[in-house]
Amino acid sequence: MSVHLTILRTGPGPTVQDQGRAGYLDMGLSRGGAADRLALVEGAALLGQSESLATLELPGIGGEFQADQDVRIALTGARMRAQIDGATAVWNASHLLPAGARLVIGPAVAGSYGYLHVGGGIQDERILGACSAHLTAGIGKPLQAGDRLMIGADAGGATGMTFEPEDRLSGGEIRIVASFQTDLFADDELDRLQATAFRRSDRANRMGVRLESDGPGFHVAGGRSVLSEAIVPGDIQITGDGTPFVLMAECQTTGGYPRIGTVLPCDLPKVAQAPAGAALRFRFVLLDEAVAAERAAAQARAALPRALRPLIRDPRSMSDLLSYQLISGAIARQDDVF
Amino acid sequence: MNDFPIIRTAGVDGLLISFAATLSEPANRAALAFRATLDSEGWAGIEETSSSLVSAFIRFDPLQVSHGMLRKRAQDLLDQHDWYAAELPGGRRFWRIPTVFGTTMAPQLAQAAQAAGMSEDEATRSLSSARVRVQTIGFAPGQPYLGELPPAWDIPRQKELTPRVPEGALVVALRQLVLFSVTTPTGWQHVGQTAIQLFRPEADEPFLLRPGDEVQFVSTDVATIDRMRNDPRGGATCEVMA
Repeated sequence: MSVHLTILRTGPGPTVQDQGRAGYLDMGLSRGGAADRLALVEGAALLGQSESLATLELPGIGGEFQADQDVRIALTGARMRAQIDGATAVWNASHLLPAGARLVIGPAVAGSYGYLHVGGGIQDERILGACSAHLTAGIGKPLQAGDRLMIGADAGGATGMTFEPEDRLSGGEIRIVASFQTDLFADDELDRLQATAFRRSDRANRMGVRLESDGPGFHVAGGRSVLSEAIVPGDIQITGDGTPFVLMAECQTTGGYPRIGTVLPCDLPKVAQAPAGAALRFRFVLLDEAVAAERAAAQARAALPRALRPLIRDPRSMSDLLSYQLISGAIARQDDVF
Repeated sequence: MNDFPIIRTAGVDGLLISFAATLSEPANRAALAFRATLDSEGWAGIEETSSSLVSAFIRFDPLQVSHGMLRKRAQDLLDQHDWYAAELPGGRRFWRIPTVFGTTMAPQLAQAAQAAGMSEDEATRSLSSARVRVQTIGFAPGQPYLGELPPAWDIPRQKELTPRVPEGALVVALRQLVLFSVTTPTGWQHVGQTAIQLFRPEADEPFLLRPGDEVQFVSTDVATIDRMRNDPRGGATCEVMA
């Protein structure tokens, strides 16, 4: 019998997300996938499962969820307040969601995209090789109350594990590299880009994040008639009125607006998670430094499973204190702890 | 700049091999052929490739193959052929797509015709008799850039965006046509309307057109287009080119 997760209540915009679908760039379809890819890897590490499994992306708004059998879950990305049948469920941790229990997730208190992972992954219909909704392309659609999602077979494993996530929920400095259109901009425009204190606009979605600043817009030398050319996620596109947009997972595949630089893939989760109004600054780094940063980020991701530690239990929050084996210190498999 | 073809980086994990600064038929053929050869070479570390109007694009894993190594391989491959003399891709098809020019369905025919120095009838005759080629698929899924139109159609994009043109809209600027696969804002001028669905994610054939295919937008009337809305191909016919 298959296991299901039912959405009892939610706000606008949650979607099923995975790593997206590569291989259709030449057909005009961008890869898409989770806005914060690091959060996918963290969820996979917490549950000891593949990073390719699908998960629920919650854009700032939580909801209420219920499973029809015991399910392992993990919560990552934007920090939200979560409770399982009234008991606090720590964020950036794995938990057991017992059959019929109510998982209530509140709005984001830091960051923009929260993730609810389930042991075995969400088994949604695969379209063009992936479960990811790609809203811009009309693949899949936002989830709503009443939706019942099938959950894959869970190989099982520990719950009650946590880790220290990379700090990426409040904006900050974003590293960028020069890209093939950067030299269309004069040097003083590039300097000004790096000197400008930007704010993440409230106009942001899975396609792109608009950047606001108090200064004038940015412009290419000698007008803006450039041939439509390949776009990569992380490109900072300068639109006609001089406003920069960082292009995100669901960006278009080609475009005619010039790109002033490109955000490092390992810094893109920071842009995705920056909440509306958060301060963002850009700093050009050389390609070698960028590749070294990607290597370090890949190593940190690979080390995540080893960085897990058990949640420290606060005896005051344990209503059934006497039922725990406090002496041996052993945590029974599948035993959730708060 | 006369130093084409040129290899440049696109972000941290992309390489762009461009054959010209502006659109030309040989550069477009070169980009398509170079990209096809890249795919058949199957180099380690490459994650996906595509072609744009005048460039081939490689997304790769820089932790698996260095920028220096990949750039050298791309340069060696560039040096092996005269890519500008490359043949067009095989298996190309010729599509005839029923299109309403002008009327309330495509309200910018008059202004586009004027910009091209034609009457509306002349503009319709010119656009519906042109046999254009899919130069690239891009921006949105399944969406073709088509060209090249006669020189009179070298008209600029509008300064102000039209907030919304529907799926199947045929728009013109810069001697090119774009046939929209989604409802979208655009600076191009909306001169025709079709009933074609270029991207159907759950269909056996999700993407209808391919780079290299040729297309004629055959003029028809509003009633005919409305009848064709039940057909995902919008009444379009297709034959394999010899």
